[in-house]
Amino acid sequence: MSNATLEPLRPNQPPSNPSPEPGTPENWRTFFSFSTDHKVIGIQYIVTAFIFFLFGGLLAMVMRGELITPESDLVNRTVYNGLFTMHGTIMLFMWTFPMLNGLANYLVPLQIGARDMAFPRLNAAAFWMVPVFGVILITSFFVPGGPSQSGWWAYPPVSLQNPTGNLINGQSLWLLAVALSGVSSIMGAVNIVTTIFRMRAPGMGWFKMPAFCWTVLSAQMIQLIGLPALTAGAVMLLLDLTVGTSFFNPELGGDPVLYQHFFWFYSHPAVYVIILPIFGVFSEVFPVYARKPLFGYKVVAISSLLITGLSLIVWVHHMFASGTPGWMRMLFMITTMTISVPTGIKVFAWVATIWGGKIRLTSGMLFGLGALFAFLFAGITGVMLASAPFDIHVNNTYFVVGHFHYVINGAVVMGFYAAIYHWFPKMTGKMYYEGLGKLHFALTFLGINLIYLPMHPMGLMGMPRRVASYDPEFAFWNVLASLGGFLLGVSTLPFLLNMLSSWTQGKPAGDNPWNAIGIEWLVSSPPPHENFEEIPVVVSPPYGYGSDEPLVSNNPAGKPIAEAMSSSEMEGAIA
Amino acid sequence: MTANDQRTTDLNKVLNRRRIVNLTGLAILNLLISLWMGQQAYNWMPPQASAESVLVDKLFSFMTTVGTFIFLGVIGTLFYSILFQRAAKYDDTDGPPIEGNVKLEVIWTALPILLVIWIGTVSYQTYDQMSILGDIAPKAMETVQTVPLPVEPKKMVATGVEKPAEAAPIEVRSRQWSWEFRYLQQGISSTELHLPVDQRARFKLISEDVLHGFYVPAFRVKQDIVPGKAIDFSLTPIREGRYRLRDSEYSGTYFAANQTNVVVESAEAYEQWLTTVAATEPTAAENVAQAEFNKSQETSARRGWPTIKPAPAPIVNYTSSEKDSHE
Repeated sequence: MSNATLEPLRPNQPPSNPSPEPGTPENWRTFFSFSTDHKVIGIQYIVTAFIFFLFGGLLAMVMRGELITPESDLVNRTVYNGLFTMHGTIMLFMWTFPMLNGLANYLVPLQIGARDMAFPRLNAAAFWMVPVFGVILITSFFVPGGPSQSGWWAYPPVSLQNPTGNLINGQSLWLLAVALSGVSSIMGAVNIVTTIFRMRAPGMGWFKMPAFCWTVLSAQMIQLIGLPALTAGAVMLLLDLTVGTSFFNPELGGDPVLYQHFFWFYSHPAVYVIILPIFGVFSEVFPVYARKPLFGYKVVAISSLLITGLSLIVWVHHMFASGTPGWMRMLFMITTMTISVPTGIKVFAWVATIWGGKIRLTSGMLFGLGALFAFLFAGITGVMLASAPFDIHVNNTYFVVGHFHYVINGAVVMGFYAAIYHWFPKMTGKMYYEGLGKLHFALTFLGINLIYLPMHPMGLMGMPRRVASYDPEFAFWNVLASLGGFLLGVSTLPFLLNMLSSWTQGKPAGDNPWNAIGIEWLVSSPPPHENFEEIPVVVSPPYGYGSDEPLVSNNPAGKPIAEAMSSSEMEGAIA
Repeated sequence: MTANDQRTTDLNKVLNRRRIVNLTGLAILNLLISLWMGQQAYNWMPPQASAESVLVDKLFSFMTTVGTFIFLGVIGTLFYSILFQRAAKYDDTDGPPIEGNVKLEVIWTALPILLVIWIGTVSYQTYDQMSILGDIAPKAMETVQTVPLPVEPKKMVATGVEKPAEAAPIEVRSRQWSWEFRYLQQGISSTELHLPVDQRARFKLISEDVLHGFYVPAFRVKQDIVPGKAIDFSLTPIREGRYRLRDSEYSGTYFAANQTNVVVESAEAYEQWLTTVAATEPTAAENVAQAEFNKSQETSARRGWPTIKPAPAPIVNYTSSEKDSHE
């Protein structure tokens, strides 16, 4: 903790930033301010997003409560339809994207040896849009007519039917929030891409950059290419809804299928925006806890970019059962299946990284492995779904719901937990309680499989998604899924308890409790404002486990050079 | 020294051979389990009531086999590592600094490519054989009244029985929230779809308001119905029985209740049904959405949010009931 009293290094530091240690609990007020420190913004993103995650999860638990019986009995059908619409919207736009932006914000500058993001004020502005459109979205629960009830796809013509006739209705507020979210994400993407291109430390060539930064770069490039399509689609739909244009309204000669193309041109690649950074987390976490270099690092890095490219030419697989001709179905079936090649390379590389290592099952590692398990399963059902003739049977059924929840809740949320357990000591300077972490893992892993596995047989049997009631033959699997859902709700309690109590009362973690290799582990925990006393000079590729090559040739934290260069086994003792 | 070296190489050879035998054994075991899973996959599906379902189930079984093999292979390797390659309690040294292996990486790039080509080819052939969809190229907005000339008969599914004369398509009308089937040749309408077994059934899918989805799980086929378009769709039922027909594209408030039944029956029973129904006076059909909507208007307690008013219950010659049993 030698850096705790470091003076700000640059004269142009804004006076509104008095905190040299944004992670310490004493300075919690910083988190409610317009801070331009990427670490503060990163944590702001993560905490805000997690609150929305709890809210979206609560909506899901009400839905599972409704679905525990075949009849529509717990809530009115309109309420159920509003619930699944808001659940999907909140989980994607208010939880997943902001959460991943938070991880990227916190980690990228630290990992590439930069003092902050390229545009700190833009960064803060992009973050503060999140609570704004979050409030807009939540407000739509209270307008006459309730929130949007057209699903998170908002397909017209259903989304254009406006039973109240008001100009201000749930659907228009929803569209406004989604458009704002798009703008915020584009601002974030510009910032992150610029930072990675322009602000890497001296010596950090592309193939010395950590895999997490590679995946974040690949993901944010998708945002830049794809989001304009969605935002345009949302604006056109808003115009159709409010001023009566006819882009998508078939009654006036519009084409509802055109909207589906706009929507999926972005919203499928969006899945890769979500999963790629989690791939990055895997690539960071597994080497540390297996004590081995990332297997085939360069290929793993490049395959992220391949996924970016391929992700842009697969969107029609969401529309196999829609108004698409046969040739389109076949073409997009092939492109979609191709994506399994770079993804497969990554999966095999992680397995090879773990193989023959010296494995330590910390909470971070357990969640990483659980997420990999879920991702593998989802990847296999994903290839099945890519096959058009099979998809035509299960499209819009619970099979798809099970598949993508294995990706989002299985791989992404468990991957997020892996990241949090791994970097929590860095972010706060405190160590979490391992026992609570393992309890959290056991409950989460059990809950996820109990809720989402039964959805596959439901879907194969033909239960459509988005139904508020269903035929009795599906009841057995639905009861299991509902129990899993409630268990998943309970599983967040040990996590919250762990994080809150560790942050306030945890033992000091030291600079590098995992004995990990990476620039972020060379500075104190939490890192000082502007991160580095001296910009690191990178001389080795990342993940040099088992070899004694130094990662950097200087002393970014202002400590004696020997300490910074050798692996930092002693630092725990110093802290 | 040399004798010792010799002994080590020999030992290595033996160990290597043993490892290869072990790995081959595990791979065969994995293959057997995967093949068994592939057979199980048939049981996870609804009854096979159409020629298409036979094709789709076969494809699904194949993909389940391949998928299980990969899943068990990867997870088995991971579990072995987790169980047997743990760091000792106070061992904080690193593992071997292996950074990659070109041969291995080439293999695991080539293998998925070959698999994708294989699965892609099988899927393509399956889709081609099903040929469920007519020409969907954007046409001029077909009004509901115009029934275009029958399209050239598509290649029949292998199991389908050839029928000399193509029957006219059945008009499927979807609404918020009801289904209506119009047999234009006979001039009758019904809320239950009746089809003769072993004959290619052809449909003209029409929506009167929003997107709907024509989905019969027992047939394994599904097609979105797009307002403003009439979509040619066909399939071949091969098993008698009563099956569920569901709306598969979210269509608003009473979406979940927008289901009805399909009855597949022998040619004689089908003809019989057509004649009986033709003699029946049209009446308003039972309609769940209507009933629930009316009830919600009466009781203010659990009204929820405002909703689009359901279309009036269709006036049809034959009306089905939600209480009818189905498979």
